[in-house]
Amino acid sequence: MDRPLGEGGADVAVEALRFRRGARRIFDGLSCRFPAGRISVVLGGSGSGKSTLLRLIASLERPESGAIRVDGELDLARATADTLRDYRRSVGMMFQGGALLNSSTVFENVALPLREHTGQTEPEIRETVHRIFEAVDLEDVDDLLPGQLSGGMTKRAALARALVRRPRLLLCDEPFSGLDPATVRRVEELLRAVNRRFAVTMILTSHHVESTLRLADHVVVLVDGRAIEGASEEIRACAEPQVREFFADVAEASP
Amino acid sequence: MSAPLDGVARLGARTLRFVEETGEMARFAVQVGAALLRRPVRLRRCLDELYDVGVLSLAIIGVSGLAVGMVLGLQGYNTLVRFGAEESLGTVVGLSLIRELGPVLSALLVTGRAASAAAAEIASMVVTEQLDGLRMMSVDPVHYVVAPKVVAFVVSMPLLSALFSVLGLLGGYLVGVMFLGVDGGGYVSSLEGSIDVFEDVVPSLVKSLVFGVLVALIATFRGFHAAPHSAGVAAATTSTVVVASVTTLIVDYFLTALMGV
Amino acid sequence: METRARDLGVGLFLLVGAAAIAFLSVSIGGSTYRGPGGLELAVTFDQIGGLKPRAPVVVGGVKIGQVRSITLDADLRARVLLDVDQKLSLPKDTSATILTAGILGDQYIELTPGGEELLLGQGDEIEFKQDAFILERMIGRLIQNLDSPETENSE
Repeated sequence: MDRPLGEGGADVAVEALRFRRGARRIFDGLSCRFPAGRISVVLGGSGSGKSTLLRLIASLERPESGAIRVDGELDLARATADTLRDYRRSVGMMFQGGALLNSSTVFENVALPLREHTGQTEPEIRETVHRIFEAVDLEDVDDLLPGQLSGGMTKRAALARALVRRPRLLLCDEPFSGLDPATVRRVEELLRAVNRRFAVTMILTSHHVESTLRLADHVVVLVDGRAIEGASEEIRACAEPQVREFFADVAEASP
Repeated sequence: MSAPLDGVARLGARTLRFVEETGEMARFAVQVGAALLRRPVRLRRCLDELYDVGVLSLAIIGVSGLAVGMVLGLQGYNTLVRFGAEESLGTVVGLSLIRELGPVLSALLVTGRAASAAAAEIASMVVTEQLDGLRMMSVDPVHYVVAPKVVAFVVSMPLLSALFSVLGLLGGYLVGVMFLGVDGGGYVSSLEGSIDVFEDVVPSLVKSLVFGVLVALIATFRGFHAAPHSAGVAAATTSTVVVASVTTLIVDYFLTALMGV
Repeated sequence: METRARDLGVGLFLLVGAAAIAFLSVSIGGSTYRGPGGLELAVTFDQIGGLKPRAPVVVGGVKIGQVRSITLDADLRARVLLDVDQKLSLPKDTSATILTAGILGDQYIELTPGGEELLLGQGDEIEFKQDAFILERMIGRLIQNLDSPETENSE
């Protein structure tokens, strides 16, 4: 029985965020909420800043101004390096391409966080890793290199690495990208199962509107550097012109 | 005409960029130095990198060393025989190799082979977000990826330079003694007589150590700060080879002057 | 395992590389002269030619020491300090000559032992010496000699 460490998922609140990359202003006073223990999805066109928002929440970048509050107290924008190191201990990130280390085996990749930061012995590490593999439905991948994995397996291995330390916050950048429809469905179910089993707050970015609306408890749509948020049904029925436009563009683009 | 003024402006911008970059590199070097002193010691990573940098360069170093030695033997003979001094062939081949060609040529060869590979590898890790992945796991990418590579270069360079020189001496012997009829004993004794440990071999090793450090830092810096797309990887790789090669040659002059020929 | 093969490769590389360094240092660089000799001798020359510090000091063709330093003394002559194997017994009337190895080679000092019973001790001065042979001077003198008989005859 997997009992999650800590008190369950983290609550993330973004307040008046301003961020610029080079000459381009990406966020100009963005505010939104990501409720604890729920699956939230960030939608938006290319260049709307979905990945940037995720990176800011991951603390890989710092905003110009504004706050990113975790559990109501920690402000990522003002945290010290040591505080961020502690914060990242409870965050798992699933990158778009998997971002697994190419020259290490899948087992070594997933075991790395355990080796670095826990005092677990080899047998304990082996057990933890295999338990995670089972949770994400991966088998017999221990000695494979990331280059030898299929698209779906790569996503699951990346997910395994993100989950191996039982994080309270799971960030997934385009978890469905590059997958065929059947695999997309499997990943969708897997993410839902992970959310239930580990009680972890999940924030996903995605282009796949249908999958995400099915999956999401909470939706944040990024338009013009602002956020329009609500539950799936609310967003789908939303009357805001820019949201309607976004859905129309997406409907046009998909076959 | 604004064209020449444009050119001057661009030159100024280039120079400023160069100074900026040198500053960034110095800061990077300090980061790497700090990482080298920090636990944990990643022995496994260092050994893996030693294989990539050292062992995989053995073939090119061996073949090139032999070839260069053979050319030295031939050219040296052609010149010395005019003064009737062909018995000193060992001296000519030995001094050229150990003092200059060994450290410099092996540094250039290692740059082309291993440094470009290291830059490309790190740059592609930037593009595929592998370094960000490490950061998210609270693993310092400089400590995990860069430091072991630097260790590998610093250890490998003097060893490869010595192997280059030894094979070069062999090449010179092959051509001079076996093909051109120089007396074998004369070759060896003129060689032994003119090479001194402290005056020749030690400066040679110091040179290759310095080259190792510089080439490693240049390659890892450019890879680390590559633009996050595939053109960035190519740019990091080619600029590494160019900058590292030129730097090696220029620093060689200063080292040679400093250590007193 | 693949890793073991790689590690073996690395180990071999390190061993072979270290052997190459050792070979260059000891076998080629070291030669017959091991470290400083211990016996310091001095000799003053008017002309040392191309003699340099660390140049060999030789007796009967065998290297027994090297030149430690060359300085100008108060009379503006070249004072050469030698560092020589202390196990040698060099008589007080030993002479020091600056010779050239080959025609264009480096210069070195050859010591020719004399017959006296008293030996040279630590810091002693070698009294007998012969300066370096400067090729250019010799050629210059030769040219002068070729010129002057003619001018004498023409007078």
